[in-house]
Amino acid sequence: MWCSGCGNGLVTGSLLRAIENLDIDTSKIAIVSGIGCSSRAAGYLNFQTLHTTHGRALAFATGLKMVRPELTIFVIMGDGDAMAIGGNHFIHASRRNIDLNAIIFNNNIYGMTGGQASPLTPQGEKATTAPYGAERNFDIMKVAVATGATFAARATTYHLPLLDKLIEKGVKNKGFSVVEALTYCPVGYGKLNKKGDATAMLNWYKENSIPVEKCTTVDHEGKITVGIHHHQAAPEFVEEYTRRTQGVKR
Amino acid sequence: MGQIEKTRLFQGNEACVAGAIAAGANFYAGYPITPSTEIAELAARKLPETGGKFIQMEDEIGSMAAVIGASIGGAKSFTATSGPGFSLKQENIGYAMMAEIPCVIVNVQRLGPSTGIATAPAQGDIMQARWGTHGDHPVIAFAPSSVRETFDLTVKAFNLSEKLRQPVFILLDEIVGHMRENIHIPHQDELEIINREKPLPDQPYKPYDEEKEVSPLASFGEGFSYNITGLVHDEYGFPTTDSEKTKKLLSRLQRKIDNHLEEIILTEEFGMDDASLVVVSYGCTARSVRQAVKMARKNGLPVGFFRTATIWPFPYEKISAFADKTKTLLVPEMNMGQIFGEVERAVHGQARVVGLNRFDGEMITPDEILQKILEVI
Ligand SMILES: Cc1ncc(C[n+]2csc(CCOP(=O)(O)OP(=O)(O)O)c2C)c(N)n1
Repeated sequence: MWCSGCGNGLVTGSLLRAIENLDIDTSKIAIVSGIGCSSRAAGYLNFQTLHTTHGRALAFATGLKMVRPELTIFVIMGDGDAMAIGGNHFIHASRRNIDLNAIIFNNNIYGMTGGQASPLTPQGEKATTAPYGAERNFDIMKVAVATGATFAARATTYHLPLLDKLIEKGVKNKGFSVVEALTYCPVGYGKLNKKGDATAMLNWYKENSIPVEKCTTVDHEGKITVGIHHHQAAPEFVEEYTRRTQGVKR
Repeated sequence: MGQIEKTRLFQGNEACVAGAIAAGANFYAGYPITPSTEIAELAARKLPETGGKFIQMEDEIGSMAAVIGASIGGAKSFTATSGPGFSLKQENIGYAMMAEIPCVIVNVQRLGPSTGIATAPAQGDIMQARWGTHGDHPVIAFAPSSVRETFDLTVKAFNLSEKLRQPVFILLDEIVGHMRENIHIPHQDELEIINREKPLPDQPYKPYDEEKEVSPLASFGEGFSYNITGLVHDEYGFPTTDSEKTKKLLSRLQRKIDNHLEEIILTEEFGMDDASLVVVSYGCTARSVRQAVKMARKNGLPVGFFRTATIWPFPYEKISAFADKTKTLLVPEMNMGQIFGEVERAVHGQARVVGLNRFDGEMITPDEILQKILEVI
């Protein structure tokens, strides 16, 4: 499914290492995904996997989590999946603080359909539907924090050990956790924007990232901030619902 | 407990929730819209009483998604909406059909297109129910004519949905949804309740077995690792583009409904033996038709009453069976003639088919129907 040089396999590897490290009973893991190259990861994984419709993975996962709170649910989405067509579900899952682990494979482009602009295509960069430069883009961390997510973190495919750790920490957060994994698409995005091959794109991540903790002291203009951007506990949605409705009698 | 205790004034929408809960529903996701809102409000209040859960989602697309997600977790789930929301649900309804996830979708029809008149009744979503989602697929849709029937058909909708792993529609309309009737709600143990078949533990599991009409459905959380997708898939649920497998899958989806027509298609008739004119109706309109036909027969006119409670699959054979003994079929409906075309298909030139249509937000009255009967008989 994935092109040679694609970064999606690296993110999927991180997810699997995190699951291994967390030592969760695999029958208690569900992977829910949307539609896109990244969402095809679900079909490669030997868990209870649910490949849904474009943009709706979080809404499917919301129903599943409500009736099966014991499941650890990973919700795999592309950047278009999560922030364009699925943007409404994203902000409301975040507002509710439902215990889902959103893993956003951000390749800054619509990979599956061949390189159209996404809300994460950096402003001014090219896409097949933005031949003169893309619109203003989102910052997923800012959207997550502003809408109420209790855990928000970012790493690139250059920082895999960090990515493993962030996914693990996201799972441990009882609430809506967002991990943005910056992957890369040499075919759909790289070529159009003269970013070079997969190695060059990885190197670019290496040279242009900065740990978010350093941001207070170091000039980080134009850099990718990696690490935990936000972590603050709040009551979890399904637990709250269960608590409020527990005593209800006929 | 005498029956008297169990008899009380119920609204159609309320009977729908009562039927859902009696059928074992324990999850609802929805987004408010007139004239279906009472269903959401009642579900919010009632479901927790029996350990069920309710969520008001951010829109109807998400509601349909959550309903499917909950069903995959093992819940009996449902949602209710009206035209505009029914439109939004369509992509995920197709998903439920393709992935064979049981669920029930109630559409309390109002006048459209677009926002139309939110509070006016209509029967305009007959074809949206049939072809609203893309691609070839079979559909099951019921259209109750009374409050008690709303209860019964809601139970039946859940049962068929569980048995056939198929989303099932209930096409209410503003009249039946908001009408109040004094009804007797059957005791729980008078009801037949069907639950989906589950796979046996520790055995190889095929969620989409080609040899079976309908395969057992493992709930997520029960430890069966398998894949669910809206893509064309193999017997294990993994995507494929193989043309042979594609044909097999789509044929099986159609066949599983075709093989149960007798169980699914519910119709009612009277005065058919001598009828040279038969009035074919469904939903709220059947109420006026019943009165009009009775009046006509009282006046010695050979008029028959044929009502279908099942819209899809359409009772082509039943209609075809009496068409050659009849001169005229009259089809009153609150739209521009959606079932009319299906009746013509069934009749296939054996009799004349005449429509009586209102699409102004007003119910068709018995008098109007009687006038039309006198005109065309
Ligand atoms: C409702 C709907 N609209 C459009 C599409 C076509 N489509 C498939 S994937 C995709 C975008 C993929 O981009 P992204 O979500 O960023 O994921 P990626 O492929 O880059 O991993 C689009 C527009 C679709 N499948 N469904």
